[in-house]
Amino acid sequence: MEDWVSVGYLISASLFIFGLKKLGHPRTAPYGNQLGALGMFVAVITTVLSMHLAGGAEWTLIVAGMIIGSSIGYWMAVKVEMTGMPELVALFNGFGGAASALVALSEVTKYINDANTLPTGLELTVTMVAAGLSALVGWMTLTGSLLAMYKLKGGVEIFGKWLRTPTWGPPWLNIVKVLLVVAVLVLIFMSIEDPTNVQYLWGIIAISCLLGIILVLPIGGADMPVVVSLLNSLSGIAAAFTGFIIGNSVLIIAGSLVGASGLILTFIMCKAMNRTLPDVLFKSFGGSEKQSLTRTKVGSDAEEVAMMVDGAQKIIIVPGYGMAVSQCQHQVKEFADLLEEKFDTEVKYAIHPVAGRMPGHMNVLLAEANVPYEQLIEMDEINSEFPECDMAVVIGANDTCNPAARSGEGPLAGMPIIDADKARTVVIIKRSLSVGYAGVDNDLFYEDKTMMLFGDGKKMMNELNTAIKDL
Amino acid sequence: MTPEFLIANITLFVLAIFLGFELITKVPATLHTPLMSGANAISGISIIGALIGSNILYEGGSTELSGLLAFIAIVLAMINVVGGFAVTNRMLNMIAGKKRGGK
Repeated sequence: MEDWVSVGYLISASLFIFGLKKLGHPRTAPYGNQLGALGMFVAVITTVLSMHLAGGAEWTLIVAGMIIGSSIGYWMAVKVEMTGMPELVALFNGFGGAASALVALSEVTKYINDANTLPTGLELTVTMVAAGLSALVGWMTLTGSLLAMYKLKGGVEIFGKWLRTPTWGPPWLNIVKVLLVVAVLVLIFMSIEDPTNVQYLWGIIAISCLLGIILVLPIGGADMPVVVSLLNSLSGIAAAFTGFIIGNSVLIIAGSLVGASGLILTFIMCKAMNRTLPDVLFKSFGGSEKQSLTRTKVGSDAEEVAMMVDGAQKIIIVPGYGMAVSQCQHQVKEFADLLEEKFDTEVKYAIHPVAGRMPGHMNVLLAEANVPYEQLIEMDEINSEFPECDMAVVIGANDTCNPAARSGEGPLAGMPIIDADKARTVVIIKRSLSVGYAGVDNDLFYEDKTMMLFGDGKKMMNELNTAIKDL
Repeated sequence: MTPEFLIANITLFVLAIFLGFELITKVPATLHTPLMSGANAISGISIIGALIGSNILYEGGSTELSGLLAFIAIVLAMINVVGGFAVTNRMLNMIAGKKRGGK
């Protein structure tokens, strides 16, 4: 590699480091993202220039591929609804992992087709080990991310029929996972001895794909952000392994940076939910063991709630995934505006760290509806305000305000929650009394001070807003 | 590949991992998703590998399959890179943009 190419990669790697660092602070985050993009631009330009100066390249292929990929990526990023953001991140992540695995595969097929190019000695060992590991992590990331995407969506539509993505994971599946990883490692070892064996190659790919699926399959929807973050870390590692095959420094640096920082982020996210990573990965959560409902609660109507709203000094809105699903953030904002104009009520929003399907999900949605940033308060800060608050309005949230989490038993045990139950009255907008992702019945619904508005979030918010206007 | 080159690469790998661990310390929950998405876009660095790999055809090997694989890798990696940075930018604009007073 020529010197200036190495310098180009060094600049690019430095930009990635600064970019990641700045992405972690609210004020500098947009700048950090731009630095990252600039780093990528420098790396691509350096590579393309070095290929040009080395006597040309397969330009049609490269230019066509880059234009097609950029257009699709840009189009998807601009088109996506804010509610679909988590799924899109999972999908992009899968593509990244697949790209790394494909580069590794491309290198290996080169040797298989033309045995003369086969490296020898140390280089052969390094290539086969790195290619094998890159394939393991890369293909696993692809299938895992795709499944995670469909799990975030909740299901998949086939011939007009909505199929719910299953959550399934008996304890013996963990042993299968370990055995499959061992099988891949054995295959990698065997492929060093016999590098042109295509069957080993397909074996590694097939097992890795299967591993991705059974890794994500047992994991419940509420834990999905953690898994996507872990898969993100893995796709970085895959890129680093690919870097070893082609002996490229920037791939190794950027890949391992993302691998390590992604892992740290995964731990931070686990901590916000008061879970540990092994618990998330190896203990099946929710889904199968849902409690059956034995209690009932009479629903209220919008007029009743509107009368309660009149006279409230302070109202805290607690949004959840239901708000994202029904896309009612604009109606929520209208509700808050009405309260402020008509009754001069103080309105705040309580944001649980894992409300919705991704951390920050609620912030993004409410920001889209032009809710002022100062009104979005994080859980730890707002919980002390509930006892002096006249009304908590819970919109499509369940587990994040379930008092069962305080009891120390059951799947929710120990998860920090929003203290909505401490408000003087609680209004809950929800389609039914059904349990949330954790599969635990919510005592809050049955309390005397709780008013349930059964229905779709958008419909109920509209009715509520009309009722307030008519007062 | 000389042993020295391999050792140099392993050194890079190990040091970059340590750096990555130190880089992210305390991140507010709001930024978890954008940070994940931004880091994810950086992991699209395999675009470099795909570009170099696509040179196979030019180098005149009878390796059309490798070329095809490299082409798919370019497309996928570019989706990851461009889409990843664009979507992160969009998210950050929504979160941070309103802070400065907004509309």
